[in-house]
This record gives sequence, structure tokens and C-alpha cells, in this order.
Amino acid sequence: MLVLLLGLVAIGALYAALAPRTVQADDLAADADLVAEGRELFLIGCASCHGANGQGILQADGGAYGPSLIGVGAAAAYFQVGTGRMPLAQNSVQAPKKDPVYDDAEIEALSAFVASLGPGPAIPGPEYYDTTDVTEEDLARGGEFFRTNCTACHNSVGAGGALSGGRYAPSLEGVKGSIFASALLTGPQQMPPFSDDVISVEDKRNIYAYLRTVQDQPDNGGLDLGAVGPVSEGLLAWILGIGALVGFAAWIGKHTVRADKT
Amino acid sequence: MSDDRSDDRQVEPVRPDARSVEPHADGDPYPNPGIEPHLPRPTDVDDKADRRVERQVSTLFAVSALLTLGFCVAYLAIDRYASWAGTNALNLVLGCTLGGALLLIGIGAIQWSKMLMDDHEVVELRHSSGSSHEDQVEALAAFEQGAAESGFGRRRMLRGSLLASLGVLGLPAVILLGDLGPLPGNRPRETVWAKGVRVVSDPDGEPLRLSDIQLGQLVNGQPGVLFETDEEGEPLYEGTERLNAKAKASVILVRIDPADLVNPDSEAKGVEGVLCFSKICTHLGCPISLYETQIRRVLCPCHQSTFDLSDGAKVVFGPAARSLPQLDLGIDDQGYLVALGDFDAIVGPSFPEMTQD
Repeated sequence: MLVLLLGLVAIGALYAALAPRTVQADDLAADADLVAEGRELFLIGCASCHGANGQGILQADGGAYGPSLIGVGAAAAYFQVGTGRMPLAQNSVQAPKKDPVYDDAEIEALSAFVASLGPGPAIPGPEYYDTTDVTEEDLARGGEFFRTNCTACHNSVGAGGALSGGRYAPSLEGVKGSIFASALLTGPQQMPPFSDDVISVEDKRNIYAYLRTVQDQPDNGGLDLGAVGPVSEGLLAWILGIGALVGFAAWIGKHTVRADKT
Repeated sequence: MSDDRSDDRQVEPVRPDARSVEPHADGDPYPNPGIEPHLPRPTDVDDKADRRVERQVSTLFAVSALLTLGFCVAYLAIDRYASWAGTNALNLVLGCTLGGALLLIGIGAIQWSKMLMDDHEVVELRHSSGSSHEDQVEALAAFEQGAAESGFGRRRMLRGSLLASLGVLGLPAVILLGDLGPLPGNRPRETVWAKGVRVVSDPDGEPLRLSDIQLGQLVNGQPGVLFETDEEGEPLYEGTERLNAKAKASVILVRIDPADLVNPDSEAKGVEGVLCFSKICTHLGCPISLYETQIRRVLCPCHQSTFDLSDGAKVVFGPAARSLPQLDLGIDDQGYLVALGDFDAIVGPSFPEMTQD
């Protein structure tokens, strides 16, 4: 009798845990609402370049007026709109970072709409940037990956740097974890993507942890002058530093102490 | 005017011989103006001013001493890792105190010399730096006496053998040059890449499958042999040898839409648009991985050489003269990317002998 009772309880518990949940339908409905909301925003703010269905608009010469967004994924929309790069303020070699035009809820809706156009990377979760349980070894490994894959363009402390033709790799100062991971997954603008198959999710988290550690450490040398290396330091030392010394020396020699300044 | 103001403490300036600077008979347009009249300073004529400057300078020196003591106290008292205002507190205080102490000594010394030290003008005429005639005669006589007594001029065999032995001493210097190192031989022309060597990801050494690499992606790669061990578990390459091998064999892998590839030879060396190029610039050997994925170009940060990877890494800008060497890629029986041989050209900077066989 007891066994039967236990069995019934167990089956009941299993059913409660495994039964298809009606909530999913609500989720789907909510998703559909979000996509619909995103589409409204898209038609107003994005469709003039990317086309009403995100299919892109071609110029007469075959070049892209606005590229197709089919398959770029929610992460791409999240990065571009979340950092204010989109909507584009003007045509230039590179879309600069600026204050976002949309609020968080609107960015989520836009991302959901772009995700609905075709399969692509989703907005990365905290597994990409949650650095709470990062060990010293992880940090060292993150540093190795950063120096191999990121410093060429973004500088060894993530201060950014110049590319060709007026383009540049932006500074990574204070970058949000979700933005950081979105950039790695989608490869915005001239940046190549870095797939999870080559640089694992954990290694991406380690890179982020390393970046935060490097940027949070105090500047023991004093002013870092933008941390862009010998150019700014040399400019300051040669022009301002030596200039001040020469000026001081000239002033010492020139400055008369005579009673009669003829 | 200068007579009225001259101070009896001042020494009368020594004037150069007036005859030597007289204008020429035909009229020198620039006669020597001589020394300008001496003007006294406030401290020369006013004892109060003199004492005030003296107090000023002593105060500067005293504050400098206090700063030096402050340096010592700070060194002992401030925690090495403390930070103030985003910088290291100890560095900040040590720099300010010692720098300030030296600066104050300097300012004090300049103030002392300009305001207090005697400042009359002096003319010092140049004089000959040669020895006197007597000394010269004496030295010459001593040398000639020594030469005569040693018999250096007379004993020819002795002189000849000494000069010969000194001459032969030059040979060891030439022979020892051989130890500057063996000639590089064929090493500049070859790397560790060979048929079947896997292309692995840098720095973790994971082998790569074609499907791991997305369109537009950049992978920094290394030859797999640098991460492999022999049957006893010892690395195949280690230490300097590994670093040398790595310096020549580093590669970048990119995946480009085959529709964008314009060089059929280069495309044939890749697999489905995945191409593998040397990471070492052909100008001066900097590692390059500044890859701009939309225009498919890599830029060398050292001298801005730019290579178009969709056209066989052809140089499109900058001082480099040769395309980046390309590695022939294949896929091994386990599905991993492998090299089909060494690079198609010499890696790194060009050198004078590279075109000789």
C-alpha cells in the first residue's frame, strides 16, 4: 500500500515536472507581440535603408544602400542599436558610437524583429561575460587570447587604434559585457567575427575578465595619455616637456635683474 | 653715465688691447663696441634687498631639505600598493617630494647667482696651450736618446722580428670572427610547415575544422607541431627553437565569400574560401592581423603596408614589395585543416641573397 502511494506521488511529481507547459503558448504570444512591436519601430526608423522586410536596398550600381539584415541575428541588432551606431546619422567610412536613440525595451523589440528575419546569433547571455568565478588562471588565459586576437587593432589595453582609410578600432573602455560578446559573435563593420567554435564561450568570458582587469588597474605611471603608446608620450615629452625646459632656460638667461631696465 | 653709477665695490673690467681692434685704414664698418657699461642690481646698492634675497634663497634650500626628508618618510610610511586619484600613491609622493627638492635647489642656486654673486664683466684673453720651447727641446732629446740606446734603428733583425710578431697578432682577431655564428644556410627559406601539419588556433593549439570558421572570420593560427609531444611526452619544439619556429610559421586564416575572390591561383590554395597566409609582413617582419573584414585587407601596423587577401595578399599600399606567402590548405581524414606543404614563398623580410639558388 505504502509502495503504491509512493509510486503515485512519484508519478505525480514527474508529471508536474515534465508535462508540456501551457506557459509556452503565452511565451510565443509574447514573442509575437515583441516582434510586432519591433516591426513597428523598424518600419519607422530602419526600413528606409534596410527595406520594409530587412531585405536590404541595392543601389543602381549593385552596391548596398542598406545591407540585408536577414540572418544577422538579434546580437547584431542589439550591438548596432544598443551602442547608438544605428540609426546612422550620416554616410561616412564608419558608423561612430553615440548615445542610443532607443531605450532598452525598444532595443529588445527591434532585436526580436531582426531575429525573426532569419537564424543568427541571439543576444549573448551572462555566460559570455559573468566574471564572478574567474580564477587567476582564467585571467592569464584571457590575456593570452586578448593579446593574440584583439591587440592588433584594439591596443594592448583596449584603447583602440587606427585602421586604413580613416577607419578605426574603437576604444574598449568601459564596454558592457553583452555589447562585447555581441561584437565578437557578429563582427560589426570592419571587425571579423570570432565564432564560439574557435574561441569558446568560456574563453570569451576570460577575455572579458582580462579586459576589465587591465582597465580597472591604477595607472602606476601617472597620466596614461590615452594609453596609445609612444606617439602621444613622445609628442608630449618632446614638444611640451623639452619646450618648457628650453623656455625656462631662455627666461633665466633673458630675465634681467638690473636696476635700470634700458 | 656709467661713471655716475659705478660702484666702488666693483672691479674695473679688463679691456682688450685697444690697438688690436682698431678699425682698418680703409674703415671697418663694425668697430669693436667693447663691454657695455656696468649697471648695478638692487641687491648691489640696497642692503635690505640683499638680505631679503638671502633669506629667500635660504628658505628655498630649507624647504628642499624638508621635501627630501618627506621623501624618506613617505618611502617608509606609505603602503606600496595604495592608490590615490587613480595612480599609485607611493610613486606620486616620491616623485613630488624628490622632484620638488631638486627643483628648489636649482631655483635657489639660480637666484643666488643672479642676485647675490658678484657680477662684474671679465674679459679673459686666449693663450697658447702648447708647451714651452725648452720643454719641447728637452722631450725631443730624451726620445732621441732612448731610440739610440735601444738600438731600434741600428739592429735591423730585432726590429723586423718585432714588427712581424706584432703584425701576426692581427690574425687571431680575424679567426675569432668565425664565432659570430654559422651562416644561416637554408633556414630563412623554410618553416616547420609541411604536408599534413595541422593548422591550429593560437594560443590554445586546438585543431580547426572548416565549419568552425564563419564567413568573414579571422583566426590567428599556428602549426600544430608546435603543440605536439613525442612518445616520451617531451614537446617537439621548446625554448628558443620553438620561438624561432613560431616567429616564421605564424599564420592568419580568413574565410572569404568565394564570389569575392579575384585571384584563381590563390583561391585554389584555399578550401571553400578559407585561405591561409603568413602573418609575417614581407617588409620588415612585423606580425600582422589588423584584418578589415569588409574590404578583406590586412594592414601592417609598423609601416602601413596593406595586403588584399581576396587577390592573393597582393600589396595594395605601403613599403612591402612582395605578397604575403600563402599556405596550400587541405583537409585530413579526420576533417581538420592541414597544410599541404611549406609556404609558396620566403616568409618575412626580403634579403639580398633570396633570389639566388
